[in-house]
Amino acid sequence: MSTPVTESAPIPARPLPASYRSTKVRRQRVRAAWLFLAPMLVTLAMVAGWPLLRTFYFSFTDASLSDMSDTLFIGLENYLVYDDGRWFGVLADPIWWRAVWNTVYFSVVSVSLEVVFGVIVALVLNAEFKGRTLVRAAVLIPWAIPTIVSAQMWAWMLNDQFGIINHLLMAFGIIASPIAWTADANYSMWAVIMVDVWKTTPFVALLVLAALQMLPKDCYEAAEVDGIHPVKVFFRVTLPLITPALMVAVIFRLLDALRVFDVIYVLTSNSTSTMSMSIYARQQLVEFQDVGYGSAASTLLFLIIALATIAYLYLGRKQLQLGGD
Amino acid sequence: MTSRQLSKFAARAGFWLLVALIVVIAVFPFYYAIKTSFTPSSDLFRVELWPTRATLANYVQIFSQRSFLQAIFNSVLVATSVVFIALLLGITASYALGRVRFRGRTSVLLIILGVSMFPQVAVLSGLFEVIRALNLYNNPGGLILSYTIFTLPFTVWVLTTFMRQLPLELEEAAIMDGATPWVTITKVFLPLMWPAMATTGLLAFIAAWNEFLFALTFTLTDSQRTVPVAIALLSGGSAYELPWAPIMAASVVVTVPLVVLVIIFQRRIVSGLTAGAVKG
Repeated sequence: MSTPVTESAPIPARPLPASYRSTKVRRQRVRAAWLFLAPMLVTLAMVAGWPLLRTFYFSFTDASLSDMSDTLFIGLENYLVYDDGRWFGVLADPIWWRAVWNTVYFSVVSVSLEVVFGVIVALVLNAEFKGRTLVRAAVLIPWAIPTIVSAQMWAWMLNDQFGIINHLLMAFGIIASPIAWTADANYSMWAVIMVDVWKTTPFVALLVLAALQMLPKDCYEAAEVDGIHPVKVFFRVTLPLITPALMVAVIFRLLDALRVFDVIYVLTSNSTSTMSMSIYARQQLVEFQDVGYGSAASTLLFLIIALATIAYLYLGRKQLQLGGD
Repeated sequence: MTSRQLSKFAARAGFWLLVALIVVIAVFPFYYAIKTSFTPSSDLFRVELWPTRATLANYVQIFSQRSFLQAIFNSVLVATSVVFIALLLGITASYALGRVRFRGRTSVLLIILGVSMFPQVAVLSGLFEVIRALNLYNNPGGLILSYTIFTLPFTVWVLTTFMRQLPLELEEAAIMDGATPWVTITKVFLPLMWPAMATTGLLAFIAAWNEFLFALTFTLTDSQRTVPVAIALLSGGSAYELPWAPIMAASVVVTVPLVVLVIIFQRRIVSGLTAGAVKG
């Protein structure tokens, strides 16, 4: 599922007015605040902070899944090492670079499509018409379906022999012979993108719809009075006004897409033509039992996502403005 | 008809065509899964829009598999426990973050935001070690623990947004009456937070119900699996011959409750998903 969107974090606290801030009450409240935060922070440290540090550490060792305690520190060998006239390590593995390229390609294409379709669906849902609630409920269905299930549903519809998609395309004469959507390297990435777009466009649409419903009505009335073409109104008025919401939707979708795993795992398994970074790392870690090497790939994935986030926030000039203090 | 009326008519027709297209694309795959689930396996080679011979055999088959029932039980157990833990830890944390001004608040919010953006694979090996150390490998407990990594941050975040919107006067009155922060939360805020908690709880439930990577990695045997893993690993006699009809029946069984929930609570869900995005 996509994480709910959190606009560049402007949640200022709502403190009591000064008159109530007698030192005793204030001190009691601050102490209570930390006490209340403690269980959450401890849990996050246990499931996120510590494991992340351990992953970084493992990436410099030769740990294996069967025995993670007896490990040898081997420096950067999992990343890159020159041995006997050849380069080894994740960074020298063409399959890793293929996975990086696949992930980036998948993320850029699917998020772009989701934004375009999401805006179109949001504009439709924003119009007043009979049965709008029903249409909105219908649009939510793909979002409600578990990723695994939607991948299986599409795998069946895309089945090369009995799939309805090949059947329809052939019935309309668009293709002459059945396409092996998930097995053929030329099409499998598109199959994955199609399923992802189908599944997550509703999320983008809902966010854009929420932004659309907050737009001031008067500029539209003014535009209508002036007889400006609706398409022009959209690009000149609507789009600039919903850009902040779009930026938020894009960053959340992008972060989700860069760590994509389930949909690819179910649709095309470990095929290199669609292998994502997450699939590569997990394959090394679990199937090949090489925790050190897999952790090195995981660490690189973490760094790539962190860099992408920073670059996006910088380019979008969306500063994190955490309110309060 | 004047040309003006004609173009207006064309615009309306185009609009309804678009609406129809959106609905068909959104609903058809789910409809087709339902249709397939009622089709006898022997009829699958015929591509048709509705089953000529409907059967319940696929449902009988999956429900007679002990491992599938066990997977549903595991999923319910894991998702409910995760929701309970996330709400419990989230409500107190959101009081601290939403109502109290203290030093370090910004850092805590940043940490939460950072964790919610984490790629799950990045913690996989470290978490594997933690889970094995706690003796929770191949056990729903391990999944409950690991799922807090994605449910907790957003529960805290959304609840904080809601907590902020409650009126100041309530808290002032409570403090005047000498209520401690704990009493303020349980007696004053909790009754008002139920709608927000229902929304966040529902979203956390869906997230936990759908999770795949951890469930696949941290469980080993059929009896400990959750539904998504069970469905992904359902296989037939050979690798080339997947039992599509039973797979679709299982998919429908685990999806229908979610779809019903989402449609009933669609307003709530929309407000939960967009909380912070526009209200912030």
